[in-house]
Amino acid sequence: MGAEGIGARIARKEDKRFITGKGRYTDDMVVPGMKHAMFVRSPHAHAKINGIDKSAALAVPGVIDVLDGQQLTEDGIGSLICGWAITSKDGSPMNMGDWRPLATGKVRYVGDAVAIVVADTRAQAREGAEKVEVDYEELPSVTDSTAAIAEGAPQIHENAPGNQIFDWELGDSTTVDAALASAAHITEMDVVNNRLIPNAMEPRAALGHYNSAEDHYTCWTTSQNPHVARLVMSAFYNVAPENKLRVIAPDVGGGFGSKIYIYPEEIVCLWASKRTDVPVKWVADRTESFMCDAHGRDHVSNIKIAFDSENRITAIKVDTLANIGAYMSLFSSATPTYLYATLLSGQYNVANIHANVRTVYTNTAPVDAYRGAGRPEACYLIERAMETAARELGVDPAELRRKNFITEFPHQTPVIMAYDAGDFGASLDAAMQAADYSGFAARKAEAAGRGKLRGIGLSCYIEACGIAPSQAVGSLGAGVGLWESAEVRVNAVGTIEVLTGSHSHGQGHETTFAQLVADRLGVGIDTVSIVHGDTDKVQMGMGTYGSRSGAVGMSAISVALDRVEAKAKKIAAHLLEADEADIVIEGGELKVAGTDKTLPWFQMALAAYTAHNLPEGMEPGLKETAFFDPANFTFPAGCYICEVEVDPDTGVTDVIQFVAADDFGTIINPMIVEGQVHGGVAQGIGQALLEGCAYDPQSGQLLTASYMDYTMPRADDLPSIDVSTTKTESPSNPLGMKGCGEAGAIGSPPAVINAITDAIGNNDLTMPATPQAVWAAING
Amino acid sequence: MASISMTVNGREVSGDAEDRTLLVEFLRNNLGLTGTHVGCDTSQCGACVVHVDGEAVKSCTMLAAQAAGSAVTTIEGLAAGGELHPVQKAFHENHGLQCGFCTPGMIMAATDMIRRHGASLDEKTVREELEGNICRCTGYHNIVKSILAAANEMGGAQQAAE
Repeated sequence: MGAEGIGARIARKEDKRFITGKGRYTDDMVVPGMKHAMFVRSPHAHAKINGIDKSAALAVPGVIDVLDGQQLTEDGIGSLICGWAITSKDGSPMNMGDWRPLATGKVRYVGDAVAIVVADTRAQAREGAEKVEVDYEELPSVTDSTAAIAEGAPQIHENAPGNQIFDWELGDSTTVDAALASAAHITEMDVVNNRLIPNAMEPRAALGHYNSAEDHYTCWTTSQNPHVARLVMSAFYNVAPENKLRVIAPDVGGGFGSKIYIYPEEIVCLWASKRTDVPVKWVADRTESFMCDAHGRDHVSNIKIAFDSENRITAIKVDTLANIGAYMSLFSSATPTYLYATLLSGQYNVANIHANVRTVYTNTAPVDAYRGAGRPEACYLIERAMETAARELGVDPAELRRKNFITEFPHQTPVIMAYDAGDFGASLDAAMQAADYSGFAARKAEAAGRGKLRGIGLSCYIEACGIAPSQAVGSLGAGVGLWESAEVRVNAVGTIEVLTGSHSHGQGHETTFAQLVADRLGVGIDTVSIVHGDTDKVQMGMGTYGSRSGAVGMSAISVALDRVEAKAKKIAAHLLEADEADIVIEGGELKVAGTDKTLPWFQMALAAYTAHNLPEGMEPGLKETAFFDPANFTFPAGCYICEVEVDPDTGVTDVIQFVAADDFGTIINPMIVEGQVHGGVAQGIGQALLEGCAYDPQSGQLLTASYMDYTMPRADDLPSIDVSTTKTESPSNPLGMKGCGEAGAIGSPPAVINAITDAIGNNDLTMPATPQAVWAAING
Repeated sequence: MASISMTVNGREVSGDAEDRTLLVEFLRNNLGLTGTHVGCDTSQCGACVVHVDGEAVKSCTMLAAQAAGSAVTTIEGLAAGGELHPVQKAFHENHGLQCGFCTPGMIMAATDMIRRHGASLDEKTVREELEGNICRCTGYHNIVKSILAAANEMGGAQQAAE
């Protein structure tokens, strides 16, 4: 692997700027003449807009202009769209309501943007925003998904009767119902997956700059996928044609899904910059982030798992109601469908699966993909039900899972996915050993002596990552392809620039991507620079989400490197007067195998650019491009075990140990991969114990709109995490990678809740398992 | 509007700011020291921690005028003479950061924590004292590891000097 190659545990190249305060985030950007924006937002969950009086706001010193939705419409700016079309089971298309970047006619959730105020300073913009008088006529609102589809619920969009967006199914209900009818045992549960607010530490921001002299726009923004932002703003929102719009996502302070989407703010800042002829910067304050960033989860489900007399699963039937919020965000329709129901087979061999999913509008912030996106919801459902089934059947939860594991690959599930590789028994064994599973009974007895209730819980997760073959997702309704691009530029002195369509916002691409190049060419990682996040530098890319940057993004680099190597070998063979097939690249040199003839890498590069002596007909230069479209998703999987102690007097849960055994396929940098698992598990424990978005059901006000009200996991809420890996390589990409970004958040919530319900002996527990909720469950 | 003077990272600086200007705004907007970050509105997240007269302070809870005449150290001033501070070095070596947004505040808080506790700092204390700093990426695992490693190195260095 080499000291810096694949598998090397090396510290990150990008760290230096972050630990010295030299990171450059969107809010750090300053453009000459730049002004500041504040949005006027709806204080009501649902209201008619009868008029907007800007006069007082325009009189505030420093205020340059106040712009509203009517002006935006007059300028031809388009509505926000959902990029994944889902068809209901009756064949009808989904009912997508209109989402104007600035609301006209009606507001539909607390925080809905109504106008933008541009001023010399941020404080003046805020003062101006407070003085915009919007004449609202309040309407009844609904925030809960079950209430929203009930008879007589307030109608949120005219074209979505009963607030239903679609009623979709996957799988064969006839065979599932037959299997349920002949089952020896059925475990049935109602399960809620609590609504979360992503909370990347850097609030969203946008700086729009229209250059009237060149008729060109630049947008600095907190995006996980700047190229998709440019594409969508150009093709659908009519902000500017692609060739006149540059989108830059500089250092981005975390995303977790919430920075995939193109939001109203970046569109409006660009448009406002043209209207006012000044660069316009907007930075969300934290309450805006809570109100307006796309939220996650919010599923209400029923699951039935049927077993035969040998405790083998014969069928799974799921019914889910998913809250989409007030508008359909960019991938909101995919999350509760193709990223969810397709994973309902879990790690298990199940012949019959049927899922029915209804999605519904409510007067809440839009809901979209948040770390894991659909897969955590599937995993939580399956793994809570498996643990419950084991208790009902009186068998060990680990052994019930093992008995039902898929053991042969490839494996076609009844819900689209074809698992390509895995060894679920290996990760279960690794986790059980690391957790000393067999010693649990003694630890439980010891804890009981101290008056504590000790419990252990398992979760065997699987996810689909590397999203994925463009043709396949296109056939399922995706509006984009999901390949990735790479360009490898070898400079004349032999140094290397890799341009990638992936975007790093904490994942360490500048290090791991350089490690791949170092591994292939034997050069040091300091001679390799990774370029990303700028549509003027990188031709095209699909960005970073769905744990895809390794499996798809690095695979594109790998293919481009194949092409670079092929040309480099031709040049070396020519200069060394050897057969091309005999050239090997190692240690920064091109060598003729079996001889002492070598050509340093930089000399080969120089030869490519001087072009004084190249093989007949070869073009000068050394630069290769690749677009990689994988053959399949990848399937990271693993086993998590959580052990807790509950104080029966207070209901406080203490996570005593948390063990993660993951199969991510090939790992480039173990230290970075472990960090991804730590962070994912922390978010999963946060969901299980602490985090829960709450709206007031009467007023529709967001009650959890600050860090005083929404419980983020803090250092003293979490344990140290025991992380290890097992390995089966993915056959779907040249590196054998599977992806590691979301596993922790997917696998951990059921492990935590299974541990608590084991401890307290009551399975009726909903996330977040706060002390109050646990105490209530104990005291029934 | 007032003229405010203070020492920042060893240099005398002054600037005009409205009375309501927070120290973090003065550092970022007047001085261009953008390493100090704003992650919330309620003094919860700790991304803005700097040192004022040697003590860790959330620079969003202090008016710039209150810091007039004080000596302020920001993340940009922590590395002396181009040499990384042991806490910066420990965060790098132990992968104590991912997106980097909370990192300046974490490092400044950790430096203060180690100053107060020295090499006796243990995991429980670190976790409790990080209550005022939120990270969404790392799960704190490697931040705690980094701080303990730095405390160990700095404590060890102190003992060697004595």
